[in-house]
Amino acid sequence: ADKLRTQQELERLQAKYIGTGHPDTTSWEFKTNIHRDTFSNIVGHPPLLSYIALAQNEPVAKVRAQMIRKMLQPAGPPPPRE
Amino acid sequence: MATTSNMFMYSLTIQPPTTITQALLGQFSGTREQQIITASGSRLTLLQPDPKLGKVLTILSHDIFGIIRAISLFRLAGSHKDYIILATDSGRIAIIEYNPKLNKFSRIHLETFGKSGVRRVIPGQYLAADPRGRACLIASLEKNKLVYVLNRNSQAELTISSPLEAHKHGVLVLSLVALDVGYANPVFAALEIDYSEADQDPTGEAREEVETQLVYYELDLGLNHVVRKWSDTVDPTASMLFQVPGGNDGPSGVLVCGEESVTYRHSNQEAFRVPVPRRRGATEDPQRKRMIVAGVMHKLKGSAGAFFFLLQSEDGDLFKVTLDMAEDAEGNPTGEVKRLKIKYFDTIPVATSLCILKSGFLFAASEFGNHMFYQFEKLGDDDEELEFNSDDFPTDARAAYTPVYFHPRPLENLALVESMDSMSPMVDCKVANLTGEDAPQIYSVCGNGARSTFRMLKHGLEVSEIVASELPGTPSGVWTTKLTKYDEFDAYIVLSFTNATLVLRIGETVEEVTPSDSGFLTGVPTLAVQQLGEEGVIQVHPKGIRHIVRGRVNEWPSPQHRSIVAATANENQVVIALSSGEIVYFEMDADGSLAEYDEKKEMSGTVTCLSLGVVPEGLKRSSFLAVGCDDCTVRILSLDPETTLEMKSIQALTAAPSALSIMAMEDSFGGTTLYLHIGLHSGVYLRTVLDEITGELTDTRQKFLGPKPTRLFRVLVQNQPCVLALNSRPWLGYTDPLTKGFMMTPLSYTELDFSWNFSSEQCQEGMVGIHANYLRIFNIEKLGDNLIQKSIPLTYTPKKLVKHPDQPYFYTIESDNNTLPPELRAQLLAQPSAVNGDATLLPPDEFGYPRAKGRWSSCISIVDPLSEENGVLHRIDLDNNEAAVSVAVVPFASQDNEHFLIVGTGKDMVLNPRQFTEGYIHVYRFHEDGRELEFIHKTKVEEPPMALIPFQGRLLAGVGKVIRIYDLGLRQLLRKSQADIAPTLIVSLQTQGNRIIVGDVQQGLTYVVYKQESNKLLAFADDTVNRWTTCTAMVDYESVAGGDRFGNLWILRCPEKASAESDEPGSEIQLIHARDYLHGAPNRTSLMVHFFAQDLPTSICKTNLVVGGQDVLLWSGIQGTVGVLIPFVSREDVDFFQNLENHMRSEDPPLAGRDHLIYRGYYTPVKGVIDGDLCERFSLLPNDKKQTIAGELDRSVREIERKISDVRTRSAF
Repeated sequence: ADKLRTQQELERLQAKYIGTGHPDTTSWEFKTNIHRDTFSNIVGHPPLLSYIALAQNEPVAKVRAQMIRKMLQPAGPPPPRE
Repeated sequence: MATTSNMFMYSLTIQPPTTITQALLGQFSGTREQQIITASGSRLTLLQPDPKLGKVLTILSHDIFGIIRAISLFRLAGSHKDYIILATDSGRIAIIEYNPKLNKFSRIHLETFGKSGVRRVIPGQYLAADPRGRACLIASLEKNKLVYVLNRNSQAELTISSPLEAHKHGVLVLSLVALDVGYANPVFAALEIDYSEADQDPTGEAREEVETQLVYYELDLGLNHVVRKWSDTVDPTASMLFQVPGGNDGPSGVLVCGEESVTYRHSNQEAFRVPVPRRRGATEDPQRKRMIVAGVMHKLKGSAGAFFFLLQSEDGDLFKVTLDMAEDAEGNPTGEVKRLKIKYFDTIPVATSLCILKSGFLFAASEFGNHMFYQFEKLGDDDEELEFNSDDFPTDARAAYTPVYFHPRPLENLALVESMDSMSPMVDCKVANLTGEDAPQIYSVCGNGARSTFRMLKHGLEVSEIVASELPGTPSGVWTTKLTKYDEFDAYIVLSFTNATLVLRIGETVEEVTPSDSGFLTGVPTLAVQQLGEEGVIQVHPKGIRHIVRGRVNEWPSPQHRSIVAATANENQVVIALSSGEIVYFEMDADGSLAEYDEKKEMSGTVTCLSLGVVPEGLKRSSFLAVGCDDCTVRILSLDPETTLEMKSIQALTAAPSALSIMAMEDSFGGTTLYLHIGLHSGVYLRTVLDEITGELTDTRQKFLGPKPTRLFRVLVQNQPCVLALNSRPWLGYTDPLTKGFMMTPLSYTELDFSWNFSSEQCQEGMVGIHANYLRIFNIEKLGDNLIQKSIPLTYTPKKLVKHPDQPYFYTIESDNNTLPPELRAQLLAQPSAVNGDATLLPPDEFGYPRAKGRWSSCISIVDPLSEENGVLHRIDLDNNEAAVSVAVVPFASQDNEHFLIVGTGKDMVLNPRQFTEGYIHVYRFHEDGRELEFIHKTKVEEPPMALIPFQGRLLAGVGKVIRIYDLGLRQLLRKSQADIAPTLIVSLQTQGNRIIVGDVQQGLTYVVYKQESNKLLAFADDTVNRWTTCTAMVDYESVAGGDRFGNLWILRCPEKASAESDEPGSEIQLIHARDYLHGAPNRTSLMVHFFAQDLPTSICKTNLVVGGQDVLLWSGIQGTVGVLIPFVSREDVDFFQNLENHMRSEDPPLAGRDHLIYRGYYTPVKGVIDGDLCERFSLLPNDKKQTIAGELDRSVREIERKISDVRTRSAF
């Protein structure tokens, strides 16, 4: 029963928090998640966003939109399923 | 990880972040007055624009100890007060109210909805409130959206519902606004991308087909749930939404802004689209598309349905966008939109937020550089600017259309009123003392593009001089006096010389008054002048007191063989000290004559100074007299009729007192406290609390002001009694208007010997002062800001700053990406096709530089910060698409230790992913003491060298992963030694002796030793954690302080054994053959101090900031923060502050509900740092809370306040 509960708890977490891993997480899923987390993190921290915008010499708003669009598929398309 | 450490630092912010991430306009005080609330870093600031003065004043700044992600405001129906909603990293939504009476923010609601921190699926990134104040939506970047219903209960209190969910898996949000729908159900519009299908498709086709959707979420107030009401595909590049007025004011809906497109969209209306006009100009790329980056909607007063948008493109051009409504048969406007129109308005710096005030002003919070406050001259209604409308353009952004152009021009519709200083982004910062004053100044490079500046920050108050006139002799004292009690302004200036007195009348012109007119004795020096009683004036001179009432003179002669050495007086009392050490006391009689008190009090030593306080309101006399004697004591004598001249208390001093002043000043308890200010011969200034009843002296605070005896004067600044202390510099002691803490700040003014209050019709609140044979009249306008800024414009975005080793010059390297270099600009302008009107050159500091993809503009500037006019002495432009990335001044031992400027450059660099074709190291020779540079040669290296430092008479360069030692050759630099050290890319280098600290962009620090005998560079210690290092500084031989990209400050220390072993002669064999430990160097550094500073540190250095102060670590942040880390010397202090910090955390929890300890330990638990910013909030607590904390700590409130202010004043401003 304990095992079942742990399983359920894990599934609940996986549903609630995107990116919670499971035994069959593929490398692509992992990479995609990490990249998405990175981009959302940059967008969420104003000093970091300014830092990048300043280096690129682009307006902050533009860099922000670029970062969010990069979250779409940061690690390429998923590997073909067997 | 243990959170205690054997190293403790006290973190203080000297200058809070000056960036503005969001600004909103509202009526927060509950009156009609419009105010601006801004979020800057972790601070919430309330600004009050003053339309009359054309200034923006800061009313309140509150550190919420959390990252402010979004702010929004709402107003309940029927109320006049706006509430603030805060979305922070606390995982909670906070509703804040401004309390204008207490000048405080207070929290009304705090609702937890998720985990803390800035995470992908935790709401907080977006926040929108219904314009009617009925609901708000808080959303995360991905998936989650929560709607809170706002209402009020029967007691008219604001209530907030439990959250309603509108989550959708796999959806990214680009922008979110509330729709204006009048009183229909609240609707929120979001710009979304759905990636769920693309994630399932291995072919990548679905990714190509992903569309940007505009989605409406409706909150059904009746059913109390949220539905996805409508969605439609919009421009694939869309990134921003703006609310269009609805209800009675307009058609409702949104403007969707994408790349070169502004589209009007609404569920029941057709789409209308206009392109964003492109700039026309010889140097402009005609193919470049612009995005909208900021904007504001403004409803015009009076006429319903009249509104316009100001949208800003990425170049900073503002466009006015309006909507045309269809008319029905009778010519009345219907609710149907007919067309969208756009026209060029003006060009201002790129903003994060724009606010249009009802009074006709525009507040533009710039994303980089100074914030601007403009006044509208007109609304661009009837000018010759071309207007483009949606009839001529397809609604589909991908369809073909002819682009439209406009000519940028100087401001026509707006006029700049004020530019508010902002150091953001601060890229580099150095501390040096170039002015020869006793305290050093902070030099920094800030800004971006053509708005870049070199700034000098100096601790001090700005002084404006009104008069400076030469006098015939050198006076020893100056006074001003009124003639009667009822006068509003001063009538006379009295100057005392060694054997004469000069009386001047204040009027339109200042002229001498004859002795017969004034009644003053002019053949003797003067000791004191005072307006006495109703219509009398006294002059105290060494031989007596002259009392002049309506031209009648009463003289009180001093006893024989004795002269007066010191005197003090107020409106009712006079006290003099005789050379024999006796004190004589006079008081005004009812009939207006001076009555001498029968007894004289004899003092043990010679009296050096006296002070009577001002007569308190409603009383007849000041009840205390302070007497300073040359036996290093101050005594307090009573002046009460029963106990006249009885001694109340005595205080021993470290030196003879040179000046005294009894004065009541505002304190942090909300009232006033009587203080005795003491100036000593040794230059020390003391402030003690004088008990109003017992006359006891308690709570002494001291500060060293300078090498000369300190003199004190009571002056009025902004209706506040302040103490002016004169030493080698004038200082002003005052109560800070915002924090209510006592401040002692130097004035940015010449030295003064004697000073007095001055008030005339022209200058109501001034001061008159003398120095040598000059008389100066000046005033102080602002008390809040104690850092003076001076800025010098630079050419491009600065990257680094170095100082000449001995001369007061700085060298900055500047570079701008994607910018047309000057030679190409000149080429384009010279083309014949450019002549037809397009060749007008616009000032780049307003319009920016023309852009060109892949091009770099870069230069080296020589800055003279002390020069009065143009501060940039010389500029060297780099050609060949090279951009400077690093700079150092290096003495080469092979050239007799002559210093050279070394600049590292990269050619054809692409930032992400990192690419380049070549890297170079340029060498320049200094000429004319560094005022000019001569190019000697450049050496090609395999990568752009990101870090350069001098090392033992040679150059040490970090080239990619390699550190390399170079010597100067005739044709190029000569490689001497190298080692592959860093895993990714070396960005910082520090050195002491044979030790080199290498900072990697991603992998933290590596300690390297240089072995001279074998000419080898060997790594011997590195870090356990990846630190994305941005800056480092060596604290001592073993320890390094640094900052990383995520806003952390830390100090690392190498194990002592490893440190010693590395320097042993012949240890290279061991080091070379040492076993790698976990794929790294043989030893690991240990973490001593770790602290989350919120701002991203761009530079850190070890320096001292005040005279005689200890060394501190000063760091600068990209948002314009300047902070210090002050080391604690004693364990006792650490324990005290740790306790205090703990109590502060529970008694004054952060406003937005972030746990303070977790906030400061955002990535790694905070270690060895006490948050001084939190401790300093102690003085802002209500009195009962102060008492509780003081009780818990077993100390008095005053004692705690003293300890807090001592830490600051001893080491920082």
